[in-house]
Amino acid sequence: MVNQQRFGLSLVALSCLVLTACDHNDNDEPAPMPPADVSYSYEVTVQNLTQGQPLSPVGVALHGDAVMWETGMPASEALEVLAEGGDNSDFIAVEGVLASATGAAPIGPGSSETVTVTVVNEPDTFISIATMLVNTNDAFAGITGHGLSELEVGQTMMMVLPVLDAGTEANSEAAGTIPGPADGGEGYNAERDDADLVSFHPGVVSADDGLMMSALTSAHRFDNPAVKLTITRTE
Amino acid sequence: MKLKQLTSIMVATGLTALSGFSQAAELEITVQNLTRGIYFTPILITAHSPDQQLFNVGEAASTELQAMAEGGDISGLETAVDALSADTVANPAGGLLMPTAATTTTLSTMDGNTALSIVAMMLPTNDGFIGLNSWMIPEAPGTYTVYLNAYDAGTEANDEIRGGGAPGAPGLPVPPPLEDLVGNGGSGVTSEMTNATVHIHPGNLGDDEAAGGMSDISNTVQRWLNPVAMVTVTVSE
Repeated sequence: MVNQQRFGLSLVALSCLVLTACDHNDNDEPAPMPPADVSYSYEVTVQNLTQGQPLSPVGVALHGDAVMWETGMPASEALEVLAEGGDNSDFIAVEGVLASATGAAPIGPGSSETVTVTVVNEPDTFISIATMLVNTNDAFAGITGHGLSELEVGQTMMMVLPVLDAGTEANSEAAGTIPGPADGGEGYNAERDDADLVSFHPGVVSADDGLMMSALTSAHRFDNPAVKLTITRTE
Repeated sequence: MKLKQLTSIMVATGLTALSGFSQAAELEITVQNLTRGIYFTPILITAHSPDQQLFNVGEAASTELQAMAEGGDISGLETAVDALSADTVANPAGGLLMPTAATTTTLSTMDGNTALSIVAMMLPTNDGFIGLNSWMIPEAPGTYTVYLNAYDAGTEANDEIRGGGAPGAPGLPVPPPLEDLVGNGGSGVTSEMTNATVHIHPGNLGDDEAAGGMSDISNTVQRWLNPVAMVTVTVSE
């Protein structure tokens, strides 16, 4: 620890010397320099806190001051596609998205994945992140329209997320309606046969807890929070 | 003797310090129902002195709280907080607050009423309610968000079948808007109450039969996970 500190101090001293040496320019009119591009990069780590709900490849989008869903409002079709089938491609390609990134693979229980998203010369962006709990009809977790302008380089924000219900597909848990490995059933279906309002998720019931037609077992049950999210600005 | 004197001095100092933070405030308060399928009965929002509480976890419910939690009747609580010079808004949503709906109201608080409490019964439940208990209203202007959990008043067994809302009457009250959303003919989940104090609600069990089964509650729609409500408080300049 002490050595590290000394090393740090000597580095500072050295850079002063270099600066002093450079500060010797007789040219009164330096050539005008175009402003350098500034990159803003964010490392997003999503960790799965559930016991039996793999998370679909996470979708990350940077955009202006807007939200991509709202509790009490109908889900967009892009969100429906993500929440029913785990496909984030529409979600990260919504009009107005400045930069996006996607996870490479589903995230298993206990596991995490880190993706990086970068914009250039856009200091005041907002981030939206979403991932489906794949052994459900249309459960997802995420944040939307979260401002990043006050996050300094090297700073990290951490939050844990509740599970939301896209409200676009009834939570029947029936065989053939759940795309995850518990069922291997259908993903996205344009029909909306539920409340058509985004809400917090009531949880899955499972056959073990009294929903006879459910393809799920107690292993797929979850409670809040279900996801740990860490965002670090790296440049 | 000396100790007692010291104590009284400390209390006096504490009061002085407190009075510096007890000025009146202008608040805008939004309560949003976050659930998929639970209705909130008339909501009581009240700012009061911080040494008062509408309920406390681990303590028996008052009869006024029981009337709210079992039947959605907030009149007793309203009378009680009025007697304490609280600043109160009763029933801002004008009836039931639907799943995912929000209601917004303003509240002017008097000096000393620095704690905010919010309660409303959850339907269909036997004696479940949303609760914010003596949340200290921040002095600094700004917008603050608080998430509320579902509590069980501990005054009625969670049999989950149709019944009455009067204190002591078993079963769920079913007002007309919920008539078609609640089942019939359930045999009753339980007739036992194992914790007679206010506690975190264990959640609805429900079943998958609208007619018969053991519960009149739908297990895919009328369950919940905490939190069940979001409260947004804006403190004016």
